[in-house]
Amino acid sequence: MPDSRTPFSDPADPGLYDYWPWEGRPKLTWPNGARVAFWVAPNIEFYELQPQPNPIRNAWNRPEPDVLNYSIRDYGNRVGMMRMMEVMDRYGVRGSVSLNVAVCEHHPELIEACVSRDWEIFSHGIYNTRYSYGMDEAQERAILEDSLETIERHTGQRIAGYLAPALTHTERTMDLLAEYGILYTCDLFCDDQPQPVNVRDKRLISIPYSLEMNDIIVYNSYQEPPRRYAEMLKANFDQLYEDGAENGTVMCIPLHPYAVGRPHRINAFEEALEYITGHDEVWVTTGREIAEYFYEHHYDKAVASIAEANGR
Amino acid sequence: MTRQWPQLRKQTEGKAVTLPNSYMEYPSRRYGMDHQWYEWSMLQDRPEVSWPNNARVAIWVNVALEFFPLNQSSEPFKAPGGMVTAYPDLRHYTLRDYGNRVGVFRVFRLLDELGITPTVSFNSKVAERYPRLIAEVVQRDWEVMANGIDMGTIHHGGLAEDAETALIDESLTSLREISGQPVTGWLSPARSESMNTLDLLAARGVEYVGDWQNDDMPYAMSTNAGQLYSMPMSHELDDQTIQLQYQHSETSFAEQVEDAMTVVYNESSACNGRIVSLVIHPWMSGQPHRIRALRRALTNVMRYDSVWSASGSQILKAFQAG
Repeated sequence: MPDSRTPFSDPADPGLYDYWPWEGRPKLTWPNGARVAFWVAPNIEFYELQPQPNPIRNAWNRPEPDVLNYSIRDYGNRVGMMRMMEVMDRYGVRGSVSLNVAVCEHHPELIEACVSRDWEIFSHGIYNTRYSYGMDEAQERAILEDSLETIERHTGQRIAGYLAPALTHTERTMDLLAEYGILYTCDLFCDDQPQPVNVRDKRLISIPYSLEMNDIIVYNSYQEPPRRYAEMLKANFDQLYEDGAENGTVMCIPLHPYAVGRPHRINAFEEALEYITGHDEVWVTTGREIAEYFYEHHYDKAVASIAEANGR
Repeated sequence: MTRQWPQLRKQTEGKAVTLPNSYMEYPSRRYGMDHQWYEWSMLQDRPEVSWPNNARVAIWVNVALEFFPLNQSSEPFKAPGGMVTAYPDLRHYTLRDYGNRVGVFRVFRLLDELGITPTVSFNSKVAERYPRLIAEVVQRDWEVMANGIDMGTIHHGGLAEDAETALIDESLTSLREISGQPVTGWLSPARSESMNTLDLLAARGVEYVGDWQNDDMPYAMSTNAGQLYSMPMSHELDDQTIQLQYQHSETSFAEQVEDAMTVVYNESSACNGRIVSLVIHPWMSGQPHRIRALRRALTNVMRYDSVWSASGSQILKAFQAG
């Protein structure tokens, strides 16, 4: 298939959304007058021991086999997942799972645990060791078609969301998501509310997924201790709850069972979950439900407001 | 220390990169793991394990005695804690050697006082250079575990099999000879292995390795020379990981150990034992301002009813007995 990619017309700006200042937006409301739509997005991942090499990015920091880093990640599937899941069960929080699709084949027990809890499953690529960098259009389409087909076959769900594998994108990723009828992307971090995404055809929105509250970013990039993570989560919530009285907000906690599910870290997550779900005006929900609600009640208003803000 | 992204080889900008169609093939996409070393299994689905006297949590403390050569190789990478400045890096060489001269005695005294039975991993160079340390361990009847030759000698995928065989033989032979113990536990320097490491270890009587970080409990591994076990020797609760790599305070280290213990203890029962593993580097925790945090962490762990402080081999034997 020829590569029909249209590169970003301005290489300095992906052009995926228009500037839309926070102040002056129409009021976004959530069901039952909630101020914050709160969702938890566990990443259930499989990292290959010896993946096909990608010319742009190495899968492992160390020479293969990177036993240390491979096994740190495998912990999530063997142990961390159920520990994390039990905490979420305790507070009635359903996960919206960002799934490396091959987990359906490798570890169907994990998929079953999610499906039996009525959790949402969406695609996070096939493996976290296969990157989109360098993919042509046919290859990127194959990832999406594989995601749609495999997840539906194993869960009965048609995927509504997408988080690019290991956050690797091409210039056409968003166009393709819209074309395949995917409702939302988790890959854009520019807002506290859902945003219409400019795509070639059809519609796509971005839902706040939050790098800042992501356990891996907090533990591995910022290298914060667990008790500090609990403080950060609560502070993030407090502000979004306060601002949400004026204009509805979204809070997401993106997780990795291999990080949050360690014994010395799980209490921090539980403390935050207890705190957040202890507030009345919170809509504890999933990515799909946020997207569907937004399309139904706010998408058109948002598009009109953005056009106005940009003098159209 | 800000996280680096060494895996980014180069920017995409201006480069036309294409991927072969083999990039879209997944030869290992099937039930279970993508290698043959162990079976996929979730902790919750395993048989229950009982510890002696119906203890709920086995406390596995490891003291890591390491030698960082002044001319430490960076092939293929420098082990954590290694030399940093241009040669001669006297500053890091001596700071690490502090552990073997001073810190270790502070740590051993604390373990004696709290009645903790550690396992002590040795680079074989430490045993050869400082026989006093082997004597301290052997006279207490503590278990010696092998930790390769030194922290400048990394086992990795680029190492030829005969070269790695020689490294393993040297480490095991030396430690077995000097300690008079069978030495059946192995930790690779920087927890780095090649595709051959497990085969070579199993063929030489090693019964367990501490490199793998994917479980809270032991599990069987298969090699072409028979079975050995992975033992959960925590890298994430390691004093060096927390205080050097993550640069958390010594107070935070003690809190993290405390939090882990609370969680694991609550998950355990008299008929289903669990393990809390702690790795201590005397060059880190043996420093005067850190030893009290270690005391706090270990005191807290030992104050629980029904904990069992034991060596790697003791825990593995009890695990195998079910």
